[in-house]
Amino acid sequence: MNLIVTPTALVLAVALVLIALGVSLKQHLGLERDLVIGVVRAVIQLTVVGYVLTYVIKINRAPLTILMVAIIVVNAALNARKRAGTLPHAFAISLAAIGAATTITLVILIATHAIKFIPSQVVPFTGMIASNAMVAIGLAYRSMNASFHDLRQPILERLALGADAKQATAGLVRRAVKTGMSPTVDSAKTVGLVSLPGMMSGLIFAGVDPSKAIMYQILVTFMMLATTSLSSVIACSLAYRGFFNERLQLQ
Amino acid sequence: MSAIIQLNEVAYQPAATPILAHVNLTVQPADWLTIVGPSGSGKSTLLRLIATLISPTSGTIMFRERNQQDYDPVDYRRQVSYCFQQAQLFGDTVRDNISFPFTIRRQDFDEQLANHWLERFQLPTSMMDKPISELSGGEKQRVGLIRNVLFTPAVMLLDEVTTGLDTETKDIVHHELLRLNHDDGVTMIAVTHDETEIAAADHVLTVDHHTLEVKPS
Repeated sequence: MNLIVTPTALVLAVALVLIALGVSLKQHLGLERDLVIGVVRAVIQLTVVGYVLTYVIKINRAPLTILMVAIIVVNAALNARKRAGTLPHAFAISLAAIGAATTITLVILIATHAIKFIPSQVVPFTGMIASNAMVAIGLAYRSMNASFHDLRQPILERLALGADAKQATAGLVRRAVKTGMSPTVDSAKTVGLVSLPGMMSGLIFAGVDPSKAIMYQILVTFMMLATTSLSSVIACSLAYRGFFNERLQLQ
Repeated sequence: MSAIIQLNEVAYQPAATPILAHVNLTVQPADWLTIVGPSGSGKSTLLRLIATLISPTSGTIMFRERNQQDYDPVDYRRQVSYCFQQAQLFGDTVRDNISFPFTIRRQDFDEQLANHWLERFQLPTSMMDKPISELSGGEKQRVGLIRNVLFTPAVMLLDEVTTGLDTETKDIVHHELLRLNHDDGVTMIAVTHDETEIAAADHVLTVDHHTLEVKPS
């Protein structure tokens, strides 16, 4: 292992944060408070997670691993809810979408022996899956909110012709799913050419042969495609109903 | 004869100021009722209430002597069809629009029936695959109305459907709506400022002061 980040090195790296603060001040971006909060939160959260993961990996018990997965999924759903605007039942919908996408993807990965059911593999993969699902459904929600706002008359026209909620919103639900999936599809196209993604970079950084690191990255790319499509479809399929009342009228 | 549409003390007041209040109205089958009134008086709201696109805050709306709320909204709207002032077309082509009523009923597209209605509204059948972006305003409005009449409804709610059309298109549309009323017995409730339509009506009512009044003749 050739990782030698010492606490001293980290403290010195604060200079990097000062650069960001300097830019914010100079450009009057007003981001200083958010930057400081972000930095403090990142340090505290990662420190706690570091110690928790050390414990979970050391203990290596299935219930504890599942608990970690559940905590990650619930946190992702709570964050996704913040991106849902006024969408009703956003937490429940996000939890269902992220939970289902994570479970299905993990089961496939474990069943095909791509990863083992041990905390050192399941927890990092869950983090990647849930965070990608969270971003995907956040984008899908934004698209859906915008469509329901901008395309009110076409929806009303379809309803007036006797369409049900699904028929009246099929196009915009499709667009929202596509919006949720787009960043993952785009990054799949450029992976390795433009970006060296986290998983692969991390392995190379830790001294793993790049030719082996790419195997994991290919796996992660496939996994992300499954995750974002599943989570976007589930979230959008549940969310569009929230824009209508029980008389099938636009809220 | 029993009323096809009946409003009893209907009010719509989503905020502090009422938009409509104490609306009582009885419409007989195959009647042509025209509603006039100043802009913002609640005429369109009244039609949207009857179309169950919004619900009254109090009072009842009956369709065929049964409370509107007891109908499945999808079934109801297929019988009581709301036509918009400026129809917004869907998809890419005329076909996308005219096939929509078939799609939502899970029926195969009946090209013959579609062509029949294109001809009745004096649109060429060759228009079926024309992009909607190439249609004139009058053509768009007629395609929009064809979506409403392909499966002939019992009641049509016409929300200034001829506003902004040229005289020729207005005559075509009005003529076809009259045929639907006379020949097929479709009940028409129309909001309009058009004198020809007002003259053709069996009854004219005015929406003013948030409620309906019989227009003095």
